[in-house]
Amino acid sequence: MLNSIKTNEFAGDKGKELGMMYFRVAIILFGAQLLMGLIAAIQFLVPGFLFELFDFSVARMVHINALVVWMLYAMIGSVYFMLSDETGEQLVHAGLGKLAFWVLTAAVTVVVLVYIFVQVGAGTEATIWLINEGREYIEAPRWADIGIVVVVLIFYWNVFMTYMKGQKTGIMTVMVADLLALAGLYLAGMWFTDNISMDQFWWWWVIHLWVEATWEVFVGTLAAYALIKIIGAKREIVEMWLWIEVLMLFGSGILGLGHHYFWIGTPEYWWEIGALFSALEPVPLVAMFVHVLYDWGKEQGIAKAEGKTGSVMNNGPAMAWIVTNAFGNFLGAGIWGFFHTLPQVNIYTHGTQFTAAHGHLAFFGAYATILIGMFYMGIQYAYGIKELKATFKSKMGIFLITFGVVGMTIALTIAGYEQVLVERAELGGGWNAFFAAQELPWYIQAQMWRAIMGVVTFVGFIYLVLDLVTIGKQAKAAQAA
Amino acid sequence: MANRKVSVWSSIPFWRRSAAWVTGFATMLLIWLSFDTLGQISMGTDADLKNGVTKRVPAPTVINYKIDYKMDAKRGHEVPVIGEKQPFFGKEWSEQEAADLLHLGKLTSQAKNCMNCHTLLGNGAYFAPDLTKAWLDPAWQNGGALQGMTGKNTVEEAMAEFLQHPSQYPTHARMMPNLGITADEAKGLVAFLKHMSSIDTNGFPRNFSKSVETFKAGGTHAK
Repeated sequence: MLNSIKTNEFAGDKGKELGMMYFRVAIILFGAQLLMGLIAAIQFLVPGFLFELFDFSVARMVHINALVVWMLYAMIGSVYFMLSDETGEQLVHAGLGKLAFWVLTAAVTVVVLVYIFVQVGAGTEATIWLINEGREYIEAPRWADIGIVVVVLIFYWNVFMTYMKGQKTGIMTVMVADLLALAGLYLAGMWFTDNISMDQFWWWWVIHLWVEATWEVFVGTLAAYALIKIIGAKREIVEMWLWIEVLMLFGSGILGLGHHYFWIGTPEYWWEIGALFSALEPVPLVAMFVHVLYDWGKEQGIAKAEGKTGSVMNNGPAMAWIVTNAFGNFLGAGIWGFFHTLPQVNIYTHGTQFTAAHGHLAFFGAYATILIGMFYMGIQYAYGIKELKATFKSKMGIFLITFGVVGMTIALTIAGYEQVLVERAELGGGWNAFFAAQELPWYIQAQMWRAIMGVVTFVGFIYLVLDLVTIGKQAKAAQAA
Repeated sequence: MANRKVSVWSSIPFWRRSAAWVTGFATMLLIWLSFDTLGQISMGTDADLKNGVTKRVPAPTVINYKIDYKMDAKRGHEVPVIGEKQPFFGKEWSEQEAADLLHLGKLTSQAKNCMNCHTLLGNGAYFAPDLTKAWLDPAWQNGGALQGMTGKNTVEEAMAEFLQHPSQYPTHARMMPNLGITADEAKGLVAFLKHMSSIDTNGFPRNFSKSVETFKAGGTHAK
């Protein structure tokens, strides 16, 4: 099925070809993420569902791992895809890149099969090496950790050598520096300690410095590239904005790490540092939002002044997803993050569905959206389409997925709110307090809506996939006619 | 036009340099603070416990002591208080034994994927209760419903029993699955939980002692 998302118009652009291979696997893993999410959502409502066969812990682990891995796949694919446009050079070691892709994909398959069929192991080092590490988001067993590091080194070396050989645009310079930090941070999550505070201290170095620093800069870079490609934005302006975004994202995001150090055994000074810098984190997200819409309006205005009619964008669905990214990043990461980032609030919200609400809208708004936009850019190039227009399926996909995720977020926010008041503030957060809050009708209703909105999201995903496998062929036929 | 000065605010080199300086400065500050924090959260020693030295993360031998969680008026929130000696599984554990047991417990907590249902120190999944102060939970104490259902007489034995046969003791419709936890692993897990309850978490979870007080005063309405 996904073969129709294939390489045929690249005329030997090995980077783009490799990028598309990564995109295809990313879409499959995205689907797996949603399926696992649905199972987990049902388990909140029907406690006996798949009990002791496929427990919540397994569904949830595969749910969040598939999320991280599909995003990393789509990110690697995006870098390979943009490489020749930015550097003016072909990928230096395409064969090696392809080999790394197959090694990584084989490893991911084995890891997922072990998660699903072996699930847990004995309390020994062997489990950590072979089955799972039991650390949220980075559960991959250690053999896979080492494999991932090797594959990422091959990827990075390939990108870096191509960059060194070709022209050094601002976009590519930020990308190369950011990828180095992103890859290096993974090492902080690879070792074992008996000290749970120390464990979580380093764990957050990976999780936070990925999603609230290096991944955000990645998104800024990708948006800059996409704006040039889709609406013909002027490189000087886009790159100036990119540097300002880097300044603000790293300026707030690096020390914003402090908001995860309020309650894990770390000293009190993180209250002030975490509160201050994480409160600044939404600022660059506003800037990114303004930038995308401003550039779009500006280019459209220039075209109009020149007497041209029609839209300046050459890829409707991609642009729609990038604009959704601008909104979603600000709302999901910015607003929903700020809601509970101050320690005075966080002491009650920490570890409730509030976090889940923020997590859903932020991962979707900040990352899923722009990466889906990249899939559409891939299709456009694969089929050599001059102007890709949104179809009914593209519109249904974006509408239902966005509606579904926003719906889940609102439902989870309500669930979190109830938990904060009942479990934490009133009853004091013990075992019975937890269940008292879980069993109140308001909580159950919220979980019901979450499941319904999860189904809406999944239907949207089906539209998205159907669109991705058909839109290229249709647009090509229309263009030829 | 050629002589007209271009504003620094629209200069790419200016923003590039600023981005590099700000990123560098934030990174250096983070690294410096991390060194300080790592010093403060490294595990204490058995001697610290014996001499009454308070550490944010005490030594594994903390399992030999009674742990409480009390309001500290000066700090404005609850803090763990390490009290007199208390046998753990009927004995006092040597430094080496306690360290080995905690190691087994921490490994098991990861091998059994606890974090993808429960939260530890508030991090993880939100399907099952937070375990940060589980050791101190009134439900597990003498007279508490969870200890009562297992038919055991101490917190540690009750918890170990539950962990080995969770689906035999359904507390709610949402149950913990049987994860094949052995008797030794269960002991390790309980040591891990007791150790975690002694970590100074700056008052998280807040109000936890409220449930303890209500329990002591004759029960809580959150049955």
